Amino acid sequence: MTAQSLFEKVWQRHVVVPETADTPAILYIDLHLTHEVTSPQAFDVLRARKLQVRRLDRTLATMDHSTPTDTAQIFGGLPIKLESAARQVRQLEVNCAEFGVDLIGLQDSRRGIVHVIGPEQGATQPGKTIVCGDSHTSTHGAFGALAFGIGTTEVGYVLATQCLLQRRPRTFEIVVNGRLPAGVSAKDVVLAVIGRIGVNGGTGHVIEFRGSAIEAMSMDERMTVCNMSIEAGARAGMVAPDATTYHYLKGRPFAPTGADWDKAVADWNTLRSDAGATFDKSVSLDAGTLEPMITFGTNPGMVTTIGGNVPERPGDAVFAKSLAYMGLTAGERMADKPVQVVFIGSCTNARISDLEAAAAILRGRKVAKGVRALIVPGSQQIKLEAEQRGLAKVFTDAGAEWRESGCSMCLGMNGDLVDSGQYCISTSNRNFEGRQGIGARTLLASPASAAAAAVRGRVTDPREFLG
Amino acid sequence: MDPITVIRSRTVVMPSTNIDTDQIIPARFLTTTVREGLGVSLFADWRYDKNGQPKPDFVLNQPAARGCQVLVAGRNIGCGSSREHAPWALLDFGIRVVISTEIADIFRNNSLKNGLLPVVVDEATHEWLLAHPGAEVEVDLPASVLRLPDGREVTFPIESFSRYCLMNGIDELGYLLSRMDAIERYERAREGA
Repeated sequence: MTAQSLFEKVWQRHVVVPETADTPAILYIDLHLTHEVTSPQAFDVLRARKLQVRRLDRTLATMDHSTPTDTAQIFGGLPIKLESAARQVRQLEVNCAEFGVDLIGLQDSRRGIVHVIGPEQGATQPGKTIVCGDSHTSTHGAFGALAFGIGTTEVGYVLATQCLLQRRPRTFEIVVNGRLPAGVSAKDVVLAVIGRIGVNGGTGHVIEFRGSAIEAMSMDERMTVCNMSIEAGARAGMVAPDATTYHYLKGRPFAPTGADWDKAVADWNTLRSDAGATFDKSVSLDAGTLEPMITFGTNPGMVTTIGGNVPERPGDAVFAKSLAYMGLTAGERMADKPVQVVFIGSCTNARISDLEAAAAILRGRKVAKGVRALIVPGSQQIKLEAEQRGLAKVFTDAGAEWRESGCSMCLGMNGDLVDSGQYCISTSNRNFEGRQGIGARTLLASPASAAAAAVRGRVTDPREFLG
Repeated sequence: MDPITVIRSRTVVMPSTNIDTDQIIPARFLTTTVREGLGVSLFADWRYDKNGQPKPDFVLNQPAARGCQVLVAGRNIGCGSSREHAPWALLDFGIRVVISTEIADIFRNNSLKNGLLPVVVDEATHEWLLAHPGAEVEVDLPASVLRLPDGREVTFPIESFSRYCLMNGIDELGYLLSRMDAIERYERAREGA
């Protein structure tokens, strides 16, 4: 048998009907996560065609994008302030009730960002195919699942048939060997990767992240890396499952138990790229040379080290337009650039270890005067854990706002906004124009870098706070 | 979905590279629960000023853009979010074809599902199109050919199954439902039911 990659193994297991020259493959979907923003029109299609949700046991819904993070609007009896958001949340409740879909609702203690709670509940497992009407579905690939974002039409297809039509993507290995220096995080790794291959470097490909630096990462860190595969244009990102994966999953609500667990692990152990597996593309990075990263432009590929300068690209009009939006000039130093807003949250960096990294810097310190720091846990479970472990108190003592979970300031559709012209250092995934609010200027960075900037009120290398 | 065969139109050109779906339709318009009516919000932050007035220098606000069904965009249009609201907004505005050297995966996929035709062309053709805004072009889906005003024909790649669906104005759901026997067989084999 020819050597296969991790992707090829997972793909092959899910082919219902193989692809031909005329027709794409029919690919089976094991887990369909759905949320309020990209599902209403899909449920309408089911109604119009008199179809049911075919596999309720493989479908899980929640709400995260348009939900407020203000406690009073979630638990305090106040209505959701944004009327259209309230309507959308209500529509999901109606759709789930009508079709019988399990809904982790607004006040559910298991609620959170869909890509945080899938793994947290143990629904995300190695070898599964997982889709969601959201591009950051790539996050779940950290478990050795094949997970990718789809549009609303395809949400409807999966609801109705549990399948999608797909051409087999190409494969791309990104090897990160060596040890990450202290103060350099998974976020810095993936920003460095995107800087290297570009925001279109992964188009048409599924990336497998491999190498000793990836193997040494926790699940939280692997999720951060896979989450941003889409920012390199990739269809999905994957990491082979190992002891770290199993340790994370064991005992979670949806994880197998008893003899089923042992059987599952034996199977999951086969899900790694064979020696000699070939990839259509390959790139290597040395973890030991990486530094804290920060974006300076309006896509995640426009990135440099925190100690670096905005590059110069004379004659590039698009680049110049991007810098004009950001209010930055070519050649300018990134360090010491004042920030007005700090956002620690999102499906990229709102898990417990991200909050710990931020707390390590904020403990006993204050958010700089004139800076608004918003810290939004990825799920209600993480919120609870952070409160029990005293992290939340570190944040509030420092003067940061501590919120209910949700997508929050990652995208301006739930009331959490950055004002026009303000600089926001953000642990989220996209620095697109207007993403965090009209005219908002986003600087993507790690939780430690965001916390360091909160304390100083300007872009700061988090290693200044080490030891 | 209206069947597509041949579309003849002048082009409107947006040379920016990496036009992401947050630009095509900003997140604040995603709280809708229907597909219709997004055209007015297409490229909202590039198209309108603070007071909601159209910016005269933005290409889609110019008289020449009126009635154009073909958008020529810089490399890698549609990157970012999976929001299908992006093709919905373009179609609602009147755009039926998007041409670039690269089109991001999810956006391309979403476009095909809605009758917005993604056309990937070579660098030389792209450069010509960028340099000639308003050119009258013909996009011939059955032949998978883009015809330029000087008669040049440029073949573009398109998945044959998608082409069949677009030409007949049908979606893929009917095909998937027609293969339910295979889907059930697969489930029985895997789940042992």
